[in-house]
Amino acid sequence: MANVADAPKDSFRLSMLLYDTRYRSLTIQVFVFFLFMAGAAWLVDNTMRNLEALGKDFDFGFLWNRAGYDISQRLVEYTNDSTHGRAMLVGLLNTLLIALLGCMAATVIGVLVGVLRLSRNWIVGRLMTVYVEVFRNVPLLLWILLIYAVFSEATPAPNAFRPNPETGIADRSMFLDAIAVTNRYTALPNPVFSRELGWLDLGLFYVNMDVLAVIGAVIAGWFINRAVKARATRIQEATGERPATWWSSLLLLAGLPVAVLLALGFHLEFPELRGFNFVGGLNVSNSFMALWLALSLYTGAFIAEIVRAGILAISRGQSEAAFALGLRPGRTMNLVILPQALRVIIPPLISQYLNLTKNSSLAIAVGYLDLRGTLGGITLNQTGRELECVLLMMLIYLAISLVISAVMNVYNSAVKLKER
Amino acid sequence: MSDTHAQTVPFVRETMLPPVAPPANEAGVVRWLRQNLFSGPLNIALTVLGLVAIYYVLEGIVPWLMRSVWTADTLAQCRQIIAERWGEGATGACWAVIRERWPQFLYGFYPNHLYWRPTLTFVLLFVALAPILFGQVPRQLLWFSLAYPFLAFWLLWGGSIFLPLVAAAGFLFGWLAYGLAARFGTIPAVAAAALVPVLWWLFLAGDVSDDLARLTGRSFPLWLEEVRSDKFGGFVLAVTIGVSGIALSLPLGIVLALGRRSDMFLIKALSVSFIEFIRGVPLITLLFTASLLLNYFLPPGTTFDIILRVIIMVTLFAAAYIAEVIRGGLAALPRGQYEAADALGLDYWKAQRLIILPQALKISIPGIVSTFIGMFKDTTLVVFVGLLDPLKGITDAVRASTDWKGIYWEPYIFVGLIFFAFNFAMSRYSMHLERRLKTDHR
Repeated sequence: MANVADAPKDSFRLSMLLYDTRYRSLTIQVFVFFLFMAGAAWLVDNTMRNLEALGKDFDFGFLWNRAGYDISQRLVEYTNDSTHGRAMLVGLLNTLLIALLGCMAATVIGVLVGVLRLSRNWIVGRLMTVYVEVFRNVPLLLWILLIYAVFSEATPAPNAFRPNPETGIADRSMFLDAIAVTNRYTALPNPVFSRELGWLDLGLFYVNMDVLAVIGAVIAGWFINRAVKARATRIQEATGERPATWWSSLLLLAGLPVAVLLALGFHLEFPELRGFNFVGGLNVSNSFMALWLALSLYTGAFIAEIVRAGILAISRGQSEAAFALGLRPGRTMNLVILPQALRVIIPPLISQYLNLTKNSSLAIAVGYLDLRGTLGGITLNQTGRELECVLLMMLIYLAISLVISAVMNVYNSAVKLKER
Repeated sequence: MSDTHAQTVPFVRETMLPPVAPPANEAGVVRWLRQNLFSGPLNIALTVLGLVAIYYVLEGIVPWLMRSVWTADTLAQCRQIIAERWGEGATGACWAVIRERWPQFLYGFYPNHLYWRPTLTFVLLFVALAPILFGQVPRQLLWFSLAYPFLAFWLLWGGSIFLPLVAAAGFLFGWLAYGLAARFGTIPAVAAAALVPVLWWLFLAGDVSDDLARLTGRSFPLWLEEVRSDKFGGFVLAVTIGVSGIALSLPLGIVLALGRRSDMFLIKALSVSFIEFIRGVPLITLLFTASLLLNYFLPPGTTFDIILRVIIMVTLFAAAYIAEVIRGGLAALPRGQYEAADALGLDYWKAQRLIILPQALKISIPGIVSTFIGMFKDTTLVVFVGLLDPLKGITDAVRASTDWKGIYWEPYIFVGLIFFAFNFAMSRYSMHLERRLKTDHR
């Protein structure tokens, strides 16, 4: 009787490369590999021939040449004598700044609107629906241009804040005596430390030690607070009595940073109209404000929908079960609802943060010099090195995206459902 | 029981009470108001805040809209009319700019006497879309949908009709080659179907279409006045790029999604790196690549149309996002579906076509449509590579004239409303499609 072991042993034939599923995938991959290599070689060859024909080379040496242009908003030392590489750094930091502030504001707006849209209040619900639909269905570029137009066309010149010499009353008054929105910049109070700790040299740029100290205090407070809570849990598990930790939490999370701020002499410098301009405060350019507001409002509308979907995804039974177990509403939220909702919310939230970061390259529309404006704009036009500039710019954006998604993925894996 | 009750209580009602209307504050408008607006202190506060917000917005906009001027030649004249009618210092909307310049917003700098061509293309777009979007339309119309891209190209750019015809012939030859080679087996047939059209387009198509065009001359039914790409602008440009991108990115996205889930290491690696690269960089840098770098990557001396380059880049961009959306749909399918397809003995492509993709695509509809909406909005970014998009390109062009210098709100509102209408319609259609394709009973 013939059995499987006796099946005729095929000797390898060439046609088996195509018709035998064991070898077919190998054939396809080899074929695709050669196709891919041929395509890549073709592109590289074309590029080399084109560069030769234009008399150009592929060289990043221009990054060490003098830039020769000014950047009005900068986080680190920069003059027009600095190098193109330095200009790129300034642009990169500007991109990161707008992305960070935008993500924070968009999250606040998104969570607020997402929750309010679910509220039983008819007017508020409808208002939020209108906001979400209007912002999601109209291009971001329009919001940037429109908000920029509001800032530059519908706000008064700094002069309007000057009191009339006869009546002593100005056309416009500052909001809370601290904020003045003018057609060129928004004057805000400037946070300063009266006790300077000096600057830390990081090689590329300097970092204010005062700011570092405050950040250090916040982080230290957070970690100590975690240790205190862990100890309370241990005691609770051992004795059944949980020691009160609210006062130590308050001291560590709020008291410690405030104490450090006070020790360093933190205070606000208020802007004052002198001559034709506000001085003393922080003059934030309108291009920054418009870009920041537009990015936050636009992305906030998307985040609102994500938050709403996340909350709706948790069935009522979950909160009812928590109440049946005798959990108080606060603990129900913390222990039952939020962990499950966050699982749904975090992954799309990551991609919204990434979108915001990438969309910040629209800064060019209002003349805010971010990475796209310096490296991919003025530097590119001045040096004529399109290939190097665009490739470098793409690589940097890619690196930022990968870092953000890596960090958020770590957070995501911390909150996601622990399955078997 | 009832006996004792009758003895202890002096009076027992024997008839049913007629139903009484609910108390005034528990019925109608009052009840609705109490439930939806004033159910508690927090709710009352929210209602008041909402009303205040609405009041502030309306207070700013309504008087401005009420004082609209529809006929004027310049912005200065507009302001003069407003000052005359509503007094000095009054502000009002000057819609005269839309009335005078709407052709530019819609058609860009497309020649005036040829406006019928983009309009016809746009109307025919809906005829071509009808059999795809709605099930009730006769199936024969699908042939028109297939021919539509070539027709649209010819109507928009003009020139000889033989160029699109010869291009379309490539697909026809591919189909014929497949039919002829099919008896030698599937693999020769596929190879022939891929090779014949490519050879046709590379070596013969150009000459054939030139010769045919020369033979027939430049007479109307076979030849339309040519319109160069730099004349395109406004919504003609946005819709051209948007619709081509949508139509091309969906198939490419499906292929990429399948590639990413492939067992073959190389295919998977290539798909993943392509998708992650495209998703990691802003669209602007890709458009820059299209306008600045493509000349480096192509053989020396090649030039091709900027709109075509932008369409290619937008397509690649959207395809990467769609691939991720569809990958989500594929991952959401239970394993049993894959195993059932295998158990039925279906090969990979049949399983994908008949079992996996129909279900996966249905799950991914909302994501796909929101990618499309995002792409249509992103067509405004072409302004940064020198094309005249309706939003910044055309409004800047309008403001560049001395007549309309300094007009901001009206053009933005007009363009924004049109974008809103397009995108809102798309999102509503996706909801309709979700309902239509819903097969579970919940």
